[in-house]
Amino acid sequence: MSLWEYANPKKFMGWTGPILPWAFGAAGLCLVVGLFWGFFLTPDDFRQGSTVKIIYLHVPAALMAINAWMMMLVASLIWLVRRHHVSALAAKAAAPVGITMTLIALMTGAIWGQPMWGTYWAWDPRLTSFLILFLFYLGYMALWAAIDDPDTAADLTSVLCMVGSVFALLSRYAVNFWNQGLHQGASLSLDKEENVSDVFFFPLLVCIAGFVLLFFALVLLRTRTEIRARRVRALQLSEVR
Amino acid sequence: MIALLLRDLRLATRAGGGFGLGLVFFLIVVVLVPFGVGPETAILSKIASGILWVAALLAALLSLDRIFALDFEDGALTLIATAPIPLEAMGLAKATAHWLTTGLPLTIAAPILGVLLQLPNSGYSIVALTLLLGTPALSMIGTFGAALTVGIRRGGLLLSLLVLPLYIPTLIFGAEAARRGTAGLDATTPLLMLAGITAGCIALLPFATAAVLRINLR
Amino acid sequence: MIPDLGKYGFEVASAYAVSILLLLVIVGLSWRQSVAQRRVLEAAEARKNG
Repeated sequence: MSLWEYANPKKFMGWTGPILPWAFGAAGLCLVVGLFWGFFLTPDDFRQGSTVKIIYLHVPAALMAINAWMMMLVASLIWLVRRHHVSALAAKAAAPVGITMTLIALMTGAIWGQPMWGTYWAWDPRLTSFLILFLFYLGYMALWAAIDDPDTAADLTSVLCMVGSVFALLSRYAVNFWNQGLHQGASLSLDKEENVSDVFFFPLLVCIAGFVLLFFALVLLRTRTEIRARRVRALQLSEVR
Repeated sequence: MIALLLRDLRLATRAGGGFGLGLVFFLIVVVLVPFGVGPETAILSKIASGILWVAALLAALLSLDRIFALDFEDGALTLIATAPIPLEAMGLAKATAHWLTTGLPLTIAAPILGVLLQLPNSGYSIVALTLLLGTPALSMIGTFGAALTVGIRRGGLLLSLLVLPLYIPTLIFGAEAARRGTAGLDATTPLLMLAGITAGCIALLPFATAAVLRINLR
Repeated sequence: MIPDLGKYGFEVASAYAVSILLLLVIVGLSWRQSVAQRRVLEAAEARKNG
């Protein structure tokens, strides 16, 4: 049995049904523990005061905003190459979740920016890139909504996702060139000495796990909804005939 | 391919083809800006190159939905698609026609309208140069967007929503080069990046355009 | 039990409030669509079989 068989719509419904509550449960648990830990039990930063606690929302949301787009890109490629319907529907299902993550990252960033930089918004490369990512999500979702035929919609949005990824990456470098930023560099990386200290790091890790699980659970749930919608459409078409 | 290009040019210049509309729109935006930001010469000359770029971009956007929509409605697009030229070449021809009818006139008009915006003397040549380098990319990206939305009724608004984010890198490098050139700074890097984007768009986007056209004509 | 958030209390609290609200909105929307779609599907299948 190959891995691809899990992508058969019927099989997909079969194996996702039972794990869905677990995924939501685990996501909820991680989020509650991580955010509680972060909000109540971590000390203030000596320079940033209590605003450092926003990191537990800001960083995981930003991470997932980008990863959601990556997942959509991979799902689009799988759809274009192997024509698995579930793959196209998963890409469609991920977009609203991704845009929510982008919005959380932008808004927490703006709230954080006010006390730290003295302004809600600066045309900083990282902020600007996220705003551009937000626009790409909007365009992608609008294209899905505008086309009636599901296969055409899946094809066109997949191509848009690929072309959009190239241009999103290009914009990332363009804005870097365009303006030097206020935003600090990456706060998490495996090869650097200067990461956030452990006190902040562990709750942050739990929060990231929570966001990843929540994204996973939401995409499963939304993909199931899309599969059902597709099935309803097929039934209605057969009724008309 | 050349026949297709000439046909599109003839259609565009005919009455109702919308040839002059983009230019008039460009003029109006440039005239409106001083009403919005005030008539001070110092402010205007500082933002002139950027305004010209944004206005040119919007004017190019205006005529995009004409690239394929009319041919799609009367069935000509299907005929062209069955013609013995590859769809990629056809996309390129369409983009070239769009550039010749909007990008090139905008490039020529920009320095003239620069006078209205108090563009400093150092800026005229660089603004024209960046537009000359950048507008082909705008036309090519726009052709891709038009191909993407050709099957959608009233796709004009959606087209803008899809195309404008794709315009961002071109706009950044083009306007940056124009700004640096106007201020007397070295503009080589953004100019090279702008030329690179244009070359990349012309090389790769015809394939994406042809792919989405095939899907839409299925 | 509420920790002392210092002078930035409002910012931190509003960041948490906004984020949790947005997360609840997307979860709630997904859930509602899922339930609604399941009903539609059940109705359609009942019509087909019945």
